Amino acid sequence: MTEQVIEKIETMDKKRAREKHEKEHPKSSVTLKIYRANRLAGERAHYDSIEVPVQRWTTVLDALLYAKEYKDASIGIRYSCRMASCGSCGMKINGIPRLACYTKVSELEGSTITVEPLANFPHIRDLVTDFSQFFAHHRDMQPYIQNEQADIKDMNKLSEFMQSPEDLDKFLQFSYCIKCGLCYSACPTVATDTKFPGPQALSQAYRYFIDNRDTAGKERTKIVDDRHGIWRCHFAGSCSSVCPKGVDPALGIQLLRGHLLGFSKNEKKNAELKERLKREGD
Amino acid sequence: MEKVADRNNREGLKGWLNPGRYGWERVSYWLQRLTGVGLLAYFVGHIYETSSLTQGPDAWNAMLELTQTPMGHLILMLVIGMSTYHSVNGIRLIFTHGGKGLGKPGRPDYPYDAISLNYRQKSGIWIALILAAVAMLYGASVLFGGE
Amino acid sequence: MTMLRESQIMKIHYITGIAALFVVAVHIIMRLIMPYDMSLEYENVIANYHNIPYVILLESILVLIAIHGFNGLRVILLELRQSKAWEDGVTILTIAAMMGVIAYGTRTIIVVNGMGFE
Repeated sequence: MTEQVIEKIETMDKKRAREKHEKEHPKSSVTLKIYRANRLAGERAHYDSIEVPVQRWTTVLDALLYAKEYKDASIGIRYSCRMASCGSCGMKINGIPRLACYTKVSELEGSTITVEPLANFPHIRDLVTDFSQFFAHHRDMQPYIQNEQADIKDMNKLSEFMQSPEDLDKFLQFSYCIKCGLCYSACPTVATDTKFPGPQALSQAYRYFIDNRDTAGKERTKIVDDRHGIWRCHFAGSCSSVCPKGVDPALGIQLLRGHLLGFSKNEKKNAELKERLKREGD
Repeated sequence: MEKVADRNNREGLKGWLNPGRYGWERVSYWLQRLTGVGLLAYFVGHIYETSSLTQGPDAWNAMLELTQTPMGHLILMLVIGMSTYHSVNGIRLIFTHGGKGLGKPGRPDYPYDAISLNYRQKSGIWIALILAAVAMLYGASVLFGGE
Repeated sequence: MTMLRESQIMKIHYITGIAALFVVAVHIIMRLIMPYDMSLEYENVIANYHNIPYVILLESILVLIAIHGFNGLRVILLELRQSKAWEDGVTILTIAAMMGVIAYGTRTIIVVNGMGFE
Protein backbone atom coordinates (compact mmCIF):
# COMPACT_ATOMS: atom_id res chain seq x y z
CA MET A 1 0.00 0.00 0.00
CA THR A 2 2.76 2.40 1.02
CA GLU A 3 4.64 1.54 -2.17
CA GLN A 4 1.61 2.47 -4.24
CA VAL A 5 1.36 5.84 -2.44
CA ILE A 6 5.09 6.45 -2.98
CA GLU A 7 4.74 5.52 -6.66
CA LYS A 8 1.86 7.92 -6.98
CA ILE A 9 3.86 10.74 -5.39
CA GLU A 10 6.84 9.98 -7.66
CA THR A 11 4.67 10.12 -10.77
CA MET A 12 3.16 13.40 -9.63
CA ASP A 13 6.61 14.85 -8.93
CA LYS A 14 7.94 13.74 -12.32
CA LYS A 15 4.92 15.29 -14.01
CA ARG A 16 5.42 18.54 -12.15
CA ALA A 17 9.13 18.65 -13.05
CA ARG A 18 8.36 17.95 -16.68
CA GLU A 19 5.77 20.71 -16.80
CA LYS A 20 8.20 23.12 -15.13
CA HIS A 21 10.93 22.17 -17.62
CA GLU A 22 8.53 22.67 -20.50
CA LYS A 23 7.50 26.04 -19.09
CA GLU A 24 11.11 27.19 -19.07
CA HIS A 25 11.79 26.23 -22.67
CA PRO A 26 8.43 26.47 -24.31
CA LYS A 27 9.31 28.30 -27.49
CA SER A 28 11.84 27.54 -30.16
CA SER A 29 10.50 30.35 -32.30
CA VAL A 30 8.24 33.37 -31.87
CA THR A 31 6.40 35.66 -34.25
CA LEU A 32 7.41 39.29 -33.96
CA LYS A 33 4.62 41.66 -34.90
CA ILE A 34 6.53 44.85 -35.65
CA TYR A 35 4.92 48.27 -36.17
CA ARG A 36 6.13 49.71 -39.46
CA ALA A 37 5.51 53.25 -40.63
CA ASN A 38 7.56 55.55 -42.82
CA ARG A 39 5.79 58.90 -43.02
CA LEU A 40 8.33 60.56 -45.28
CA ALA A 41 7.88 57.81 -47.85
CA GLY A 42 4.11 58.11 -47.49
CA GLU A 43 3.94 54.55 -46.20
CA ARG A 44 0.78 53.50 -44.41
CA ALA A 45 1.20 52.31 -40.82
CA HIS A 46 1.01 48.52 -40.67
CA TYR A 47 2.37 45.53 -38.76
CA ASP A 48 4.90 43.08 -40.23
CA SER A 49 4.90 39.55 -38.83
CA ILE A 50 8.31 37.94 -38.82
CA GLU A 51 9.13 34.50 -37.39
CA VAL A 52 12.36 34.40 -35.39
CA PRO A 53 14.12 31.42 -33.71
CA VAL A 54 14.71 31.89 -29.97
CA GLN A 55 16.64 30.25 -27.17
CA ARG A 56 16.14 30.44 -23.41
CA TRP A 57 18.27 33.58 -23.19
CA THR A 58 17.03 35.46 -26.27
CA THR A 59 15.95 39.03 -25.58
CA VAL A 60 13.42 40.96 -27.64
CA LEU A 61 16.31 43.08 -28.94
CA ASP A 62 18.16 39.93 -30.07
CA ALA A 63 15.01 38.81 -31.85
CA LEU A 64 14.57 42.20 -33.54
CA LEU A 65 18.20 42.29 -34.66
CA TYR A 66 17.89 38.75 -36.05
CA ALA A 67 14.81 39.89 -37.99
CA LYS A 68 16.72 42.94 -39.22
CA GLU A 69 19.76 40.91 -40.24
CA TYR A 70 18.14 37.91 -41.92
CA LYS A 71 14.60 38.87 -42.84
CA ASP A 72 14.07 42.62 -43.38
CA ALA A 73 16.99 45.03 -43.20
CA SER A 74 14.74 48.10 -43.37
CA ILE A 75 13.40 47.81 -39.80
CA GLY A 76 14.21 51.00 -37.90
CA ILE A 77 15.46 50.26 -34.38
CA ARG A 78 17.41 52.36 -31.92
CA TYR A 79 19.76 50.48 -29.59
CA SER A 80 23.28 50.70 -28.23
CA CYS A 81 24.65 49.05 -25.10
CA ARG A 82 22.41 45.93 -25.05
CA MET A 83 22.69 45.86 -21.26
CA ALA A 84 20.04 48.24 -19.85
CA SER A 85 22.60 50.98 -19.33
CA CYS A 86 22.11 53.47 -22.16
CA GLY A 87 18.31 53.63 -22.35
CA SER A 88 18.15 53.65 -26.17
CA CYS A 89 16.01 50.58 -26.89
CA GLY A 90 12.81 51.62 -25.12
CA MET A 91 9.69 50.40 -26.92
CA LYS A 92 6.20 49.09 -26.25
CA ILE A 93 6.39 45.32 -25.95
CA ASN A 94 2.98 43.64 -25.74
CA GLY A 95 1.48 47.00 -24.81
CA ILE A 96 3.84 47.92 -21.96
CA PRO A 97 6.90 50.20 -22.27
CA ARG A 98 10.02 48.09 -21.69
CA LEU A 99 13.67 48.00 -22.66
CA ALA A 100 14.05 45.50 -25.51
CA CYS A 101 17.51 44.42 -24.32
CA TYR A 102 16.22 43.80 -20.79
CA THR A 103 13.13 41.77 -21.75
CA LYS A 104 13.65 38.07 -22.36
CA VAL A 105 11.31 36.42 -24.84
CA SER A 106 10.79 33.61 -22.34
CA GLU A 107 9.25 35.98 -19.78
CA LEU A 108 6.55 37.06 -22.23
CA GLU A 109 3.36 35.12 -22.66
CA GLY A 110 2.16 33.78 -25.97
CA SER A 111 4.01 33.02 -29.17
CA THR A 112 3.40 36.43 -30.76
CA ILE A 113 5.25 39.47 -29.49
CA THR A 114 3.84 42.84 -30.53
CA VAL A 115 6.52 45.52 -30.74
CA GLU A 116 5.52 49.17 -31.15
CA PRO A 117 7.25 52.52 -30.73
CA LEU A 118 7.09 54.22 -27.31
CA ALA A 119 3.85 56.15 -26.84
CA ASN A 120 3.82 59.89 -26.04
CA PHE A 121 6.98 60.56 -28.09
CA PRO A 122 6.65 62.04 -31.59
CA HIS A 123 7.08 59.23 -34.06
CA ILE A 124 9.94 59.17 -36.58
CA ARG A 125 9.97 55.77 -38.27
CA ASP A 126 9.09 52.21 -37.30
CA LEU A 127 10.27 51.79 -33.71
CA VAL A 128 12.21 55.07 -33.51
CA THR A 129 10.82 58.12 -31.70
CA ASP A 130 11.85 61.71 -31.12
CA PHE A 131 13.28 62.48 -27.68
CA SER A 132 13.86 66.23 -28.11
CA GLN A 133 10.87 67.40 -26.08
CA PHE A 134 11.68 64.84 -23.40
CA PHE A 135 15.22 66.26 -23.09
CA ALA A 136 13.85 69.82 -23.20
CA HIS A 137 11.63 69.11 -20.17
CA HIS A 138 14.70 67.75 -18.38
CA ARG A 139 16.72 70.86 -19.21
CA ASP A 140 13.91 73.05 -17.84
CA MET A 141 14.56 71.59 -14.40
CA GLN A 142 18.13 73.02 -14.37
CA PRO A 143 19.68 69.59 -13.82
CA TYR A 144 23.02 70.71 -12.36
CA ILE A 145 24.36 71.61 -8.94
CA GLN A 146 24.00 75.31 -8.19
CA ASN A 147 26.26 76.54 -5.41
CA GLU A 148 27.91 80.00 -5.39
CA GLN A 149 30.56 78.82 -2.97
CA ALA A 150 31.95 76.30 -5.44
CA ASP A 151 34.23 78.40 -7.58
CA ILE A 152 34.98 76.30 -10.63
CA LYS A 153 36.96 79.07 -12.25
CA ASP A 154 39.68 79.05 -9.61
CA MET A 155 41.63 76.01 -10.73
CA ASN A 156 44.33 76.43 -8.06
CA LYS A 157 41.95 75.46 -5.27
CA LEU A 158 40.96 71.84 -4.83
CA SER A 159 37.92 71.63 -2.59
CA GLU A 160 35.53 68.90 -1.64
CA PHE A 161 31.95 68.92 -0.46
CA MET A 162 31.81 67.01 2.83
CA GLN A 163 28.81 64.84 2.01
CA SER A 164 28.05 61.86 4.28
CA PRO A 165 26.68 58.48 3.10
CA GLU A 166 23.31 59.43 4.60
CA ASP A 167 23.25 62.63 2.54
CA LEU A 168 24.12 60.57 -0.53
CA ASP A 169 21.38 58.02 0.03
CA LYS A 170 18.79 60.80 -0.05
CA PHE A 171 19.26 61.31 -3.79
CA LEU A 172 21.40 58.42 -5.06
CA GLN A 173 18.67 56.21 -6.53
CA PHE A 174 17.28 59.16 -8.52
CA SER A 175 20.68 59.75 -10.07
CA TYR A 176 20.57 56.27 -11.60
CA CYS A 177 18.10 57.47 -14.24
CA ILE A 178 19.22 56.47 -17.75
CA LYS A 179 16.66 58.72 -19.52
CA CYS A 180 15.14 55.77 -21.34
CA GLY A 181 11.72 57.43 -21.45
CA LEU A 182 9.70 54.41 -20.33
CA CYS A 183 8.20 56.38 -17.42
CA TYR A 184 7.25 59.27 -19.74
CA SER A 185 5.53 56.77 -21.99
CA ALA A 186 3.59 55.10 -19.17
CA CYS A 187 2.37 58.28 -17.45
CA PRO A 188 -1.39 58.98 -17.86
CA THR A 189 -0.87 62.74 -17.51
CA VAL A 190 1.78 62.84 -20.25
CA ALA A 191 -0.71 60.96 -22.45
CA THR A 192 -2.92 64.07 -22.62
CA ASP A 193 -1.01 67.04 -21.19
CA THR A 194 1.59 68.41 -23.61
CA LYS A 195 3.00 70.86 -21.04
CA PHE A 196 3.54 68.36 -18.25
CA PRO A 197 7.29 67.78 -17.75
CA GLY A 198 6.86 64.08 -17.06
CA PRO A 199 8.06 61.83 -14.26
CA GLN A 200 11.70 61.79 -15.37
CA ALA A 201 12.13 65.58 -15.27
CA LEU A 202 10.22 65.96 -12.01
CA SER A 203 12.18 63.25 -10.24
CA GLN A 204 15.40 64.90 -11.44
CA ALA A 205 14.09 68.16 -9.98
CA TYR A 206 13.88 66.32 -6.65
CA ARG A 207 17.32 64.75 -7.15
CA TYR A 208 18.89 68.21 -7.25
CA PHE A 209 16.53 69.71 -4.67
CA ILE A 210 17.48 67.22 -1.97
CA ASP A 211 21.20 67.06 -2.85
CA ASN A 212 22.80 69.06 -0.05
CA ARG A 213 25.49 70.42 -2.35
CA ASP A 214 22.78 72.42 -4.12
CA THR A 215 21.54 75.74 -2.73
CA ALA A 216 18.88 76.60 -5.31
CA GLY A 217 16.01 74.71 -3.63
CA LYS A 218 13.63 77.68 -3.63
CA GLU A 219 14.11 78.33 -7.34
CA ARG A 220 13.57 74.65 -8.13
CA THR A 221 10.25 74.61 -6.28
CA LYS A 222 9.19 77.71 -8.22
CA ILE A 223 9.88 75.91 -11.50
CA VAL A 224 7.63 72.95 -10.64
CA ASP A 225 4.91 74.93 -8.84
CA ASP A 226 2.94 75.46 -12.00
CA ARG A 227 -0.50 74.74 -13.43
CA HIS A 228 1.06 72.01 -15.56
CA GLY A 229 3.88 71.19 -13.17
CA ILE A 230 4.19 68.83 -10.24
CA TRP A 231 0.51 69.27 -9.28
CA ARG A 232 -0.65 67.37 -12.35
CA CYS A 233 0.97 64.19 -11.02
CA HIS A 234 -1.69 62.03 -9.35
CA PHE A 235 0.49 59.14 -8.16
CA ALA A 236 -0.80 56.63 -10.66
CA GLY A 237 2.57 54.93 -10.10
CA SER A 238 2.90 53.67 -13.67
CA CYS A 239 6.27 55.41 -14.00
CA SER A 240 7.75 53.48 -11.10
CA SER A 241 6.22 50.22 -12.22
CA VAL A 242 7.99 50.38 -15.61
CA CYS A 243 11.33 51.89 -14.55
CA PRO A 244 14.07 49.32 -15.29
CA LYS A 245 16.67 50.84 -12.94
CA GLY A 246 14.70 51.11 -9.70
CA VAL A 247 14.78 54.92 -9.83
CA ASP A 248 11.18 55.03 -8.54
CA PRO A 249 10.34 58.48 -10.01
CA ALA A 250 6.95 58.45 -8.28
CA LEU A 251 8.71 58.46 -4.92
CA GLY A 252 10.86 61.43 -5.90
CA ILE A 253 7.85 63.41 -7.09
CA GLN A 254 5.75 62.75 -3.98
CA LEU A 255 8.70 63.60 -1.72
CA LEU A 256 9.19 66.89 -3.59
CA ARG A 257 5.49 67.60 -3.31
CA GLY A 258 5.75 66.90 0.41
CA HIS A 259 8.20 69.77 0.65
CA LEU A 260 5.84 72.04 -1.30
CA LEU A 261 2.90 71.07 0.89
CA GLY A 262 4.80 71.52 4.12
CA PHE A 263 4.61 67.84 5.06
CA SER A 264 8.41 67.76 5.22
CA LYS A 265 10.27 70.66 6.70
CA ASN A 266 13.42 71.30 4.76
CA GLU A 267 15.95 70.01 7.25
CA LYS A 268 18.63 69.98 4.60
CA LYS A 269 21.91 71.13 6.02
CA ASN A 270 24.09 72.37 3.20
CA ALA A 271 27.29 70.40 2.69
CA GLU A 272 30.40 72.10 3.89
CA LEU A 273 32.90 72.96 1.19
CA LYS A 274 36.33 72.08 2.51
CA GLU A 275 39.59 73.00 0.92
CA ARG A 276 41.63 69.87 0.54
CA LEU A 277 44.82 70.49 -1.31
CA LYS A 278 46.73 73.46 -2.58
CA ARG A 279 48.73 73.05 -5.76
CA GLU A 280 52.44 73.82 -5.66
CA GLY A 281 53.38 77.42 -6.24
CA ASP A 282 50.58 78.88 -4.11
CA MET B 1 -6.95 58.11 -49.19
CA GLU B 2 -4.18 56.11 -47.56
CA LYS B 3 -3.71 56.85 -43.88
CA VAL B 4 -0.10 57.78 -43.19
CA ALA B 5 1.17 57.38 -39.61
CA ASP B 6 0.58 60.40 -37.40
CA ARG B 7 3.74 62.04 -36.04
CA ASN B 8 1.83 62.87 -32.88
CA ASN B 9 2.09 59.72 -30.87
CA ARG B 10 0.44 60.75 -27.61
CA GLU B 11 -1.93 58.18 -26.26
CA GLY B 12 -4.55 60.81 -25.52
CA LEU B 13 -7.67 59.78 -23.66
CA LYS B 14 -7.06 56.19 -24.81
CA GLY B 15 -4.08 56.23 -22.45
CA TRP B 16 -6.50 56.43 -19.55
CA LEU B 17 -8.22 53.20 -20.60
CA ASN B 18 -7.02 49.73 -19.63
CA PRO B 19 -5.57 50.86 -16.30
CA GLY B 20 -4.98 47.27 -15.25
CA ARG B 21 -1.83 46.94 -17.32
CA TYR B 22 0.13 49.04 -14.81
CA GLY B 23 -1.07 47.80 -11.43
CA TRP B 24 -3.36 48.87 -8.63
CA GLU B 25 -2.26 52.49 -8.30
CA ARG B 26 -3.22 53.20 -11.93
CA VAL B 27 -6.61 51.56 -11.38
CA SER B 28 -7.19 53.65 -8.24
CA TYR B 29 -6.28 56.84 -10.19
CA TRP B 30 -8.82 55.96 -12.84
CA LEU B 31 -11.53 55.15 -10.27
CA GLN B 32 -10.81 58.34 -8.31
CA ARG B 33 -11.39 60.40 -11.45
CA LEU B 34 -14.48 58.44 -12.46
CA THR B 35 -16.07 58.67 -9.02
CA GLY B 36 -15.15 62.35 -8.77
CA VAL B 37 -16.91 63.25 -11.99
CA GLY B 38 -19.85 61.02 -11.08
CA LEU B 39 -20.19 62.63 -7.67
CA LEU B 40 -20.00 66.12 -9.18
CA ALA B 41 -22.85 65.23 -11.54
CA TYR B 42 -24.87 63.85 -8.63
CA PHE B 43 -24.11 66.97 -6.55
CA VAL B 44 -25.47 69.31 -9.22
CA GLY B 45 -28.54 67.11 -9.64
CA HIS B 46 -29.07 66.97 -5.89
CA ILE B 47 -28.93 70.78 -5.56
CA TYR B 48 -31.55 71.00 -8.30
CA GLU B 49 -33.65 68.26 -6.68
CA THR B 50 -33.72 69.95 -3.27
CA SER B 51 -34.57 73.31 -4.81
CA SER B 52 -38.08 71.96 -5.46
CA LEU B 53 -38.71 72.54 -1.74
CA THR B 54 -39.06 76.25 -2.47
CA GLN B 55 -42.18 75.56 -4.53
CA GLY B 56 -44.13 73.89 -1.77
CA PRO B 57 -45.11 70.35 -0.80
CA ASP B 58 -46.70 69.47 -4.15
CA ALA B 59 -43.52 70.19 -6.07
CA TRP B 60 -41.47 68.33 -3.47
CA ASN B 61 -43.68 65.26 -3.60
CA ALA B 62 -43.60 65.30 -7.38
CA MET B 63 -39.80 65.31 -7.20
CA LEU B 64 -39.90 62.45 -4.68
CA GLU B 65 -42.02 60.39 -7.06
CA LEU B 66 -39.30 60.87 -9.65
CA THR B 67 -36.44 59.89 -7.36
CA GLN B 68 -37.85 57.39 -4.89
CA THR B 69 -38.05 54.67 -7.52
CA PRO B 70 -36.02 51.44 -7.80
CA MET B 71 -33.85 53.16 -10.42
CA GLY B 72 -33.43 56.16 -8.11
CA HIS B 73 -32.44 53.88 -5.25
CA LEU B 74 -29.93 52.10 -7.45
CA ILE B 75 -28.37 55.41 -8.44
CA LEU B 76 -28.23 56.46 -4.80
CA MET B 77 -26.55 53.16 -3.91
CA LEU B 78 -23.97 53.83 -6.60
CA VAL B 79 -23.45 57.31 -5.16
CA ILE B 80 -22.91 55.82 -1.70
CA GLY B 81 -20.27 53.46 -3.08
CA MET B 82 -18.61 56.21 -5.13
CA SER B 83 -18.44 58.67 -2.23
CA THR B 84 -17.00 56.06 0.15
CA TYR B 85 -14.33 55.01 -2.35
CA HIS B 86 -13.49 58.61 -3.30
CA SER B 87 -13.18 59.71 0.35
CA VAL B 88 -11.10 56.79 1.63
CA ASN B 89 -8.83 56.75 -1.41
CA GLY B 90 -8.63 60.55 -1.18
CA ILE B 91 -7.30 60.32 2.36
CA ARG B 92 -4.73 57.77 1.18
CA LEU B 93 -3.76 60.15 -1.65
CA ILE B 94 -3.34 63.12 0.70
CA PHE B 95 -0.81 61.09 2.69
CA THR B 96 1.04 59.72 -0.33
CA HIS B 97 1.05 63.07 -2.15
CA GLY B 98 2.88 64.44 0.87
CA GLY B 99 5.43 61.64 0.63
CA LYS B 100 4.15 59.80 3.71
CA GLY B 101 3.90 56.01 3.75
CA LEU B 102 6.14 55.59 0.70
CA GLY B 103 9.38 54.52 2.32
CA LYS B 104 12.81 56.11 2.21
CA PRO B 105 15.09 56.39 -0.83
CA GLY B 106 18.04 54.04 -0.74
CA ARG B 107 20.25 51.98 -3.02
CA PRO B 108 18.22 50.05 -5.60
CA ASP B 109 19.08 46.43 -6.22
CA TYR B 110 17.77 43.63 -8.47
CA PRO B 111 14.83 43.14 -9.19
CA TYR B 112 14.62 46.93 -8.92
CA ASP B 113 11.12 47.00 -7.44
CA ALA B 114 9.87 50.48 -6.60
CA ILE B 115 9.46 51.01 -2.85
CA SER B 116 6.76 53.65 -3.37
CA LEU B 117 4.51 50.89 -4.74
CA ASN B 118 4.58 49.13 -1.37
CA TYR B 119 1.73 47.18 0.19
CA ARG B 120 1.20 49.69 2.99
CA GLN B 121 -0.18 52.36 0.69
CA LYS B 122 -1.53 49.81 -1.81
CA SER B 123 -3.70 48.31 0.93
CA GLY B 124 -5.35 51.73 1.24
CA ILE B 125 -6.83 51.13 -2.22
CA TRP B 126 -8.17 47.73 -1.22
CA ILE B 127 -9.59 49.13 2.02
CA ALA B 128 -11.33 51.87 0.03
CA LEU B 129 -12.87 49.29 -2.31
CA ILE B 130 -13.97 47.02 0.53
CA LEU B 131 -15.48 49.90 2.52
CA ALA B 132 -17.30 51.09 -0.60
CA ALA B 133 -18.79 47.63 -1.09
CA VAL B 134 -19.83 47.46 2.58
CA ALA B 135 -21.38 50.93 2.44
CA MET B 136 -23.27 49.99 -0.72
CA LEU B 137 -24.64 46.88 0.97
CA TYR B 138 -25.73 48.87 3.99
CA GLY B 139 -27.28 51.49 1.74
CA ALA B 140 -29.15 48.79 -0.15
CA SER B 141 -30.52 47.43 3.13
CA VAL B 142 -31.84 50.86 4.09
CA LEU B 143 -33.18 51.85 0.67
CA PHE B 144 -34.62 48.55 -0.43
CA GLY B 145 -35.17 47.10 3.04
CA GLY B 146 -38.16 49.36 3.61
CA GLU B 147 -38.46 50.27 7.29
CA MET C 1 -9.41 88.72 -8.81
CA THR C 2 -5.97 87.75 -7.52
CA MET C 3 -4.26 84.90 -9.26
CA LEU C 4 -3.58 82.04 -6.88
CA ARG C 5 -0.46 79.91 -7.21
CA GLU C 6 -1.21 76.32 -8.17
CA SER C 7 0.18 75.14 -4.82
CA GLN C 8 -2.32 77.33 -2.98
CA ILE C 9 -5.20 76.06 -5.12
CA MET C 10 -4.24 72.45 -4.45
CA LYS C 11 -3.87 73.07 -0.70
CA ILE C 12 -7.45 74.41 -0.77
CA HIS C 13 -8.47 71.32 -2.74
CA TYR C 14 -7.05 68.97 -0.10
CA ILE C 15 -8.46 70.95 2.84
CA THR C 16 -11.96 71.23 1.36
CA GLY C 17 -11.86 67.50 0.67
CA ILE C 18 -11.09 66.58 4.26
CA ALA C 19 -13.53 69.10 5.71
CA ALA C 20 -16.30 67.98 3.36
CA LEU C 21 -15.85 64.42 4.59
CA PHE C 22 -16.96 65.36 8.09
CA VAL C 23 -19.90 67.56 7.17
CA VAL C 24 -21.24 65.14 4.54
CA ALA C 25 -21.01 62.29 7.05
CA VAL C 26 -23.23 64.25 9.44
CA HIS C 27 -25.65 65.06 6.60
CA ILE C 28 -25.98 61.37 5.73
CA ILE C 29 -26.42 60.32 9.36
CA MET C 30 -29.32 62.78 9.62
CA ARG C 31 -31.20 60.56 7.15
CA LEU C 32 -30.80 57.62 9.50
CA ILE C 33 -32.07 59.09 12.80
CA MET C 34 -35.59 58.20 11.78
CA PRO C 35 -37.01 55.67 9.31
CA TYR C 36 -35.68 56.60 5.87
CA ASP C 37 -39.03 57.16 4.15
CA MET C 38 -40.25 59.29 7.03
CA SER C 39 -37.12 61.43 6.89
CA LEU C 40 -38.06 62.49 3.36
CA GLU C 41 -41.52 63.76 4.19
CA TYR C 42 -42.02 67.45 3.48
CA GLU C 43 -42.58 68.53 7.09
CA ASN C 44 -39.52 66.70 8.38
CA VAL C 45 -37.32 68.15 5.64
CA ILE C 46 -38.60 71.69 6.22
CA ALA C 47 -38.02 71.27 9.96
CA ASN C 48 -34.33 70.65 9.19
CA TYR C 49 -34.12 73.93 7.33
CA HIS C 50 -35.44 75.79 10.40
CA ASN C 51 -32.64 74.36 12.52
CA ILE C 52 -29.91 76.98 12.34
CA PRO C 53 -26.90 74.71 13.09
CA TYR C 54 -28.12 72.35 10.37
CA VAL C 55 -28.51 75.27 7.97
CA ILE C 56 -24.89 76.21 8.64
CA LEU C 57 -23.94 72.59 7.98
CA LEU C 58 -25.79 72.56 4.64
CA GLU C 59 -24.20 75.82 3.56
CA SER C 60 -20.72 74.51 4.42
CA ILE C 61 -21.33 71.30 2.47
CA LEU C 62 -22.46 73.41 -0.48
CA VAL C 63 -19.39 75.63 -0.46
CA LEU C 64 -16.82 72.92 0.30
CA ILE C 65 -18.09 70.40 -2.25
CA ALA C 66 -18.61 73.04 -4.94
CA ILE C 67 -15.01 74.23 -4.56
CA HIS C 68 -13.55 70.71 -4.36
CA GLY C 69 -15.66 69.30 -7.17
CA PHE C 70 -15.30 72.10 -9.68
CA ASN C 71 -11.59 72.45 -9.01
CA GLY C 72 -11.28 68.72 -9.68
CA LEU C 73 -13.15 69.18 -12.93
CA ARG C 74 -10.85 72.10 -13.81
CA VAL C 75 -7.80 69.87 -13.27
CA ILE C 76 -9.21 67.09 -15.47
CA LEU C 77 -10.17 69.51 -18.25
CA LEU C 78 -6.82 71.36 -18.13
CA GLU C 79 -5.02 68.09 -18.73
CA LEU C 80 -7.05 67.36 -21.86
CA ARG C 81 -6.05 70.35 -23.96
CA GLN C 82 -3.49 73.11 -23.55
CA SER C 83 -4.32 76.04 -25.82
CA LYS C 84 -4.64 79.50 -24.16
CA ALA C 85 -8.31 79.75 -25.20
CA TRP C 86 -9.14 76.36 -23.69
CA GLU C 87 -7.27 76.96 -20.43
CA ASP C 88 -8.79 80.41 -19.92
CA GLY C 89 -12.22 79.09 -20.85
CA VAL C 90 -12.01 76.15 -18.48
CA THR C 91 -10.82 78.34 -15.59
CA ILE C 92 -13.58 80.92 -16.10
CA LEU C 93 -16.32 78.33 -16.64
CA THR C 94 -15.47 76.24 -13.59
CA ILE C 95 -15.28 79.29 -11.35
CA ALA C 96 -18.59 80.53 -12.77
CA ALA C 97 -20.19 77.10 -12.30
CA MET C 98 -18.85 76.99 -8.74
CA MET C 99 -20.35 80.39 -7.92
CA GLY C 100 -23.58 79.57 -9.74
CA VAL C 101 -24.17 76.34 -7.83
CA ILE C 102 -23.32 77.98 -4.51
CA ALA C 103 -25.70 80.85 -5.28
CA TYR C 104 -28.52 78.53 -6.36
CA GLY C 105 -28.12 76.28 -3.32
CA THR C 106 -27.93 79.22 -0.93
CA ARG C 107 -31.14 80.57 -2.45
CA THR C 108 -32.87 77.27 -1.67
CA ILE C 109 -31.60 77.34 1.91
CA ILE C 110 -32.64 80.94 2.53
CA VAL C 111 -36.06 80.62 0.89
CA VAL C 112 -36.95 77.36 2.62
CA ASN C 113 -35.69 78.68 5.93
CA GLY C 114 -38.10 81.61 5.50
CA MET C 115 -41.03 79.38 4.60
CA GLY C 116 -43.54 78.33 7.22
CA PHE C 117 -44.96 74.86 7.66
CA GLU C 118 -47.95 74.04 5.44
